[in-house]
Amino acid sequence: MKKIVTITYLIFLLLIGSYQVRAAEKTDLIKIDWSFNGLFGKFDRGSLQRGYQVYSEVCAACHSMKYLSYRNLSEKGGPEFSIEQAKAIAASFEITDGPNADGEMFTRPGKLSDKFLMPYENDKAAQAANGGAYPPDMSVLAKARKGGADYIYSLLLGYDDPPNGMILDDGVYYNKYMYGNQIKMSAPLSEGLIEYGDGTEASVEQMSKDVTTFLMWAAEPHLETRHRMGFKAIVYLIILTVLVYFSMKKIWSRVESKV
Amino acid sequence: MSDHDYQPSSKLGKWFNDRLPLLTLSNHLAEYPTPKNLNYWWTFGGILTFCLITQIVTGLTLAMHYIADSDLAFASVEHIMRDVNYGWLIRYVHANGASMFFLAVYIHIFRALYYGSYKSPREVIWIIGMIIYFLMMATAFMGYVLPWGQMSFWGATVITNLFSAIPFVGEGIVAWLWGGFAVDNPTLTRFYALHYLLPFLILGLVVLHIWALHVPGNNNPIGIDIKKPSKDTVPFHPYIVIKDGFALLMFMIVFAFFVFYSPNILGHADNYIEANPMVTPAHIVPEWYLLPFYAILRSVPDKLLGVIAMFAAIFVLVILPWLDTSKIRSAVFRPLYKQFYWILVIDVLILGYVGAMPAEGLYLLVARVATTYYFIHFLIVLPILGYREKTIPVPLSITEPVLGGSPNPGLIKRKESLN
Repeated sequence: MKKIVTITYLIFLLLIGSYQVRAAEKTDLIKIDWSFNGLFGKFDRGSLQRGYQVYSEVCAACHSMKYLSYRNLSEKGGPEFSIEQAKAIAASFEITDGPNADGEMFTRPGKLSDKFLMPYENDKAAQAANGGAYPPDMSVLAKARKGGADYIYSLLLGYDDPPNGMILDDGVYYNKYMYGNQIKMSAPLSEGLIEYGDGTEASVEQMSKDVTTFLMWAAEPHLETRHRMGFKAIVYLIILTVLVYFSMKKIWSRVESKV
Repeated sequence: MSDHDYQPSSKLGKWFNDRLPLLTLSNHLAEYPTPKNLNYWWTFGGILTFCLITQIVTGLTLAMHYIADSDLAFASVEHIMRDVNYGWLIRYVHANGASMFFLAVYIHIFRALYYGSYKSPREVIWIIGMIIYFLMMATAFMGYVLPWGQMSFWGATVITNLFSAIPFVGEGIVAWLWGGFAVDNPTLTRFYALHYLLPFLILGLVVLHIWALHVPGNNNPIGIDIKKPSKDTVPFHPYIVIKDGFALLMFMIVFAFFVFYSPNILGHADNYIEANPMVTPAHIVPEWYLLPFYAILRSVPDKLLGVIAMFAAIFVLVILPWLDTSKIRSAVFRPLYKQFYWILVIDVLILGYVGAMPAEGLYLLVARVATTYYFIHFLIVLPILGYREKTIPVPLSITEPVLGGSPNPGLIKRKESLN
């Protein structure tokens, strides 16, 4: 029995280990002890709200978030803006709707059920406006990069002068953590770029942390429910396993074989 | 078999059973004499049944929300993850369930290899099992294509392109598989249809697999034929049911950890980027459970030969009952085979590891050595070992002492640990 547990465990370690070896390529990412990591991990509400502010005032100029709706902003487990706040946020965007009875498209203020307004009409327009580089949609970005939240955080802080001898084209910037170290996005954050509503000092680290938290939530909106349910499910399974173990012992005591 | 003597106690039961002997069947399943010395490696059959049912149930639910269209597939998966009630749970169970399914099937297969469960009279069980395994790989591969992420798209492109290596008709076959001149919407829709169909074929084969098992009965850690029923056996219910149940719960705890706490660790980050035919990912890597075969494929410099080697790696398993010439089933009584067995396990793990690495330099060299050894094990070592190996005397029954010869303290100790 013990042997089986050990061997199974070793197989898992090997499995996970091989993945981590792959993940640990080149430059080590800056590792943050995120509030959403761990068995009971939760999002920091304040950080999510500030993160949304960073997204909407900085990132949203180029990056879409097409799978999110304004209603998500007030949902449980997210930034948890009040319904009124979320409605006000939605209403601040001009959404194209239609066609109406006359066959014309028209604009109206956004509603909770609307998806986040995209900064460009389409991918081609986004590329054309950004020197040929397509600013990726941010809805699932935190899951779509190796290293996840740590990667995004590191990337935001990874801008630096290129090492001697490295010549960069126009509109290309050096970043320690970018694949190939060349990125077409200029450093998006700078000291005091925005003014936080809650009075938090808007340092580059702070903004990076907040917007990364926000992006992680955007990618995994049900993370908190998942962690809570997981804990209950596993505790339940462990108790049931123990009960079944003793039942098994009792039943097998009728034959001389051991289990 | 004593099944024919079974009579339902109630009148209605008897009436029904005379017309359709379902109650006889359930009685057979409950009474089915099972060797009492089965260890926990034998619980993976039940675990695999659980995995298959889980995949079918979660898959069915996902199918109600998923849209097989190259423009909408990715968005529909995000819809499931965000807006469908507990959609994230269903999808993560399904995605990690595939990995758990393969983990269990690998343990199941390697258990059969260790205890010689594929040998006469169980060859048909083994061959059906190998067909199931092959269909599982096909199903999993097509399932990975459905979210229409970057790895979906490029994995599909790489794997379907393998068929272009077939002389003369290769290109035609690939176009036929794709339903066009590249992986595109027609490919997605047919993969979806097949991904839905194959699990039910697997289910049917599982029934045959179990049926074929119930003819000779289970092998056991000592690998000897036993009288059934006898004092060497216990009825399936409640003894094996509770033991399988216990093992299944342990398995579910591991499963739950993946689903709730690291649901994406076994996947690839690139698959959260929508498929883009214009951008090739830096490394195209299949899911972990296909990596050993991927390593074999890439270790051969010629494309056609690589494809042949990959399929041959599965085919040698199919003909394994005739490659292994030893009459002794269990590795417990085969000291040399036992060592070669563990070398094979390590060899396959190495293949899996290098399969995940770029095919260059040292990795490629290691992959080639490991591939060569894989075939040497099955095609040279096993046939010769049956004639050359000096085996340890095998006991007559699970409860009775060793047949003849001088007492072997080491064996007795080992026997005890098996009981």
